[in-house]
Amino acid sequence: MAAAGISPLEAMAMSVLVYAGAAMLAAVQLIAEGAPAMVIVVAAFVVNLRLFMYSASIRPYFAGESLARRLIVSYNLVDNPYALFLQRFGTRPDAPGKFEYFAGIAVPVWICWQATVAAGLLLGNQLPAAWKLDFAAPLAFIAMSIPLLRDRLMVIAAVSAGLTAVLAHGLPLRLGLALAAMVGIAAGVLAERFLKAEPK
Amino acid sequence: MTVWLIILCMSAATFAQRASFLLLPDHVRLPTLLRRALHYVPAAVLTAIWTPELLLQKGVLSLALGNERLLAGIVAIAVAWRFGATFATIAIGLLALHVFDRLF
Repeated sequence: MAAAGISPLEAMAMSVLVYAGAAMLAAVQLIAEGAPAMVIVVAAFVVNLRLFMYSASIRPYFAGESLARRLIVSYNLVDNPYALFLQRFGTRPDAPGKFEYFAGIAVPVWICWQATVAAGLLLGNQLPAAWKLDFAAPLAFIAMSIPLLRDRLMVIAAVSAGLTAVLAHGLPLRLGLALAAMVGIAAGVLAERFLKAEPK
Repeated sequence: MTVWLIILCMSAATFAQRASFLLLPDHVRLPTLLRRALHYVPAAVLTAIWTPELLLQKGVLSLALGNERLLAGIVAIAVAWRFGATFATIAIGLLALHVFDRLF
């Protein structure tokens, strides 16, 4: 971050206000490259396109909740609480305690995230690269995604998206992720139709 | 100054994305096709985030034994599939990466 010309205060403010890791990484890279402000904001928006989908897919579970609670869920709508929430309530949307469960994950995740960013800013690059801790990020996403593959339709959607992401890796602004999401979703919907299968 | 402007614009855009559908009134019904499509969002998006990290080495597709991240990832997938435990998946995956790194 420091090397990118961003002060620790600015980095911390970005972490709290934006609260989206992938967008932050993209923005910091682009700021370092001296990209125009508009390009940086658009890139962050594209990287976060999945948040629209998260928002739409989690909405039915919070029907009837107050505006304040919906705003709290909105701010905290990041990958981990979203994935864990759906692992628990995906197959039983009418179960009670949904907001409490979401908040119970979201608060510790927020604290850990901000503490880790602060620690990263303080320690800088002092952690040895030989520990390969960067690999923890994809591992965390493996841990989040694999338990969601409850039926073959989910597997079809996940495999299609995963392969598309690999093939489209070279697209600018991380558009490959948005494309992969669309291909995976389309594959799931089409498979549902052709296999005449019911999603669980 | 520009950095702060960027931060504020990014915050507004990101929050708008998260709040977009959540703040719609309850009586608004999303089209059936959209609702069926949303069913596949978590599996598709969360998978697409990690596959390039395992299958690509320096931006090139690599299925060789020398790709220790792919091998460690397969171990992690097996752990996640069998036990569904987040911490165990990350810990065993990292351990496997170091083991494969020594072996190959």
